[in-house]
Amino acid sequence: MLRELWDSLNDALEALGAVIQFLLRLIVNTPRALMRFDLISQQIFNSGALSLVIIMLSGLFVGMVLGVQGYELLQRFGSEEALGEAAAIGLVKELGPVVTALLFAGRAGTALASELGLMRATDQISAMEMMAVDPIQRVVVPRFLGGVIAMPLLAAIFSVIGIYGAQLVGVQFMGVDAGSFWSQMRASVALSDINEGIVKSLIFGVACSLIAVYQGYYATPTAEGVGRATTYTVVTSAVVILFLDYLITAAFL
Amino acid sequence: MNQSSAIVDIQNLDYSVSNRPVFVGLDIRIQRGLITAVMGPSGTGKTTLLRLITGQVMADSGSIEVAGENLRALSRANLYVLRRRMGMLFQNGALLTDLSVFENVAFPLREHTDLPERLIRQLVLTKLQAVGLRGAAELMPAELSGGMARRVALARAIVMDPELLIYDEPFVGLDPISLGVILRLIRRLNDTLGITSIVVSHDVKEISAVADQVFLLSGGKVVAHGTPPELKFDTSETVKQFVGGLADGPVQFHFPAPDYFGELLSRSEDP
Repeated sequence: MLRELWDSLNDALEALGAVIQFLLRLIVNTPRALMRFDLISQQIFNSGALSLVIIMLSGLFVGMVLGVQGYELLQRFGSEEALGEAAAIGLVKELGPVVTALLFAGRAGTALASELGLMRATDQISAMEMMAVDPIQRVVVPRFLGGVIAMPLLAAIFSVIGIYGAQLVGVQFMGVDAGSFWSQMRASVALSDINEGIVKSLIFGVACSLIAVYQGYYATPTAEGVGRATTYTVVTSAVVILFLDYLITAAFL
Repeated sequence: MNQSSAIVDIQNLDYSVSNRPVFVGLDIRIQRGLITAVMGPSGTGKTTLLRLITGQVMADSGSIEVAGENLRALSRANLYVLRRRMGMLFQNGALLTDLSVFENVAFPLREHTDLPERLIRQLVLTKLQAVGLRGAAELMPAELSGGMARRVALARAIVMDPELLIYDEPFVGLDPISLGVILRLIRRLNDTLGITSIVVSHDVKEISAVADQVFLLSGGKVVAHGTPPELKFDTSETVKQFVGGLADGPVQFHFPAPDYFGELLSRSEDP
């Protein structure tokens, strides 16, 4: 029993070490990959632009729910004018980065993992190595950087649309005064709140993209292996995002 | 044959995968300018041999020299330099699925050279013409048949003008027409480009038509080598079994298993 626990702890630490080693390899290769920004912008498009619809729709609905719930709660204390402030802080600091990261893992992370896994399964990775092209530098780093760059942008868009959604419900439907909605928001959202959101979304972007490219690059080259890599990408990303969210929130207090 | 005529020189090589020996004391010399076939039953490590020659895996002991370079002493950077002098055709072509046929063939040029676009275009079209697929330049890999994909991969493998061209099971799953096309291409490319070809296959008839010399692998070592006609009249049991396609012989049809009747009669919960 104790032995099994020790073994699984060992395995987990080993896996973490391997991922960190992989991250260092990516970072070492980053400067040379940056010289070919066309490859990276292609990946920003794949991970970012292609995720826009799901991010914007989700942002709108999350914001609208915040509007309803927030109004319902705040009007009990007669302070429904604070709706703008509540929605903005909730979105910028917490819901924007976290929900975007979860959606990003489901949309872009799985796409990255299965693409890389299939490239390995169909010998494309080996073929590149045989053509003396380093697959880490040519394929993995641009995808990783594309995700890292796309994620904060998506989180920002999510928050903006979410605030619009809260405004839509609060001001247009429930009749909160538009002036106090916006002015209270401007008065109470500090720069540090925005910074916290940016830091979170950057770190989540690194975590999600790293997990996705790691799982895909080292996927077992079979149909089952690629499927497992995609599943692990979503599951691991979700747990890691929520854990990191706690750590960063605590650090910002 | 003197030292300089060998492009691949393997001596006393040992290689094992998770304690299971694949090669024990393997010796192979592959001469420049010839088409050399490596044959053998499935599971004798033919593809592993290619991975050793191309430095994708490293031998446990023994020496392996490719084009005069000792692979086991080569740094990763120098290995990549050496690989630019090799071309390899993978079993299924291994084309990059997000690039068109043209871009696939242009890929090594774009990665390794700074040639102007006009020159790249000329080189790519010449190589595509050589494999008869200049008309397919704008298609995507998913739109190609298996034989066409392999010919595109062949064009890509020769676009950097390698000294050594390696084919991994080039005949698997091809219809007779595509197979004939590939066979003729192997011969023609070898002779017109003045390169050396290594073909791994287990198709006795096809190989006999194209190879200059054959190595027959079995049980982790070379059991016979010579020209195809020489092998045809070889009297050793393994060669006769393989060339004749017989189920019985030194290579067992059955995977090692416990006694048949004993296992059938034993109780299922106690195998």
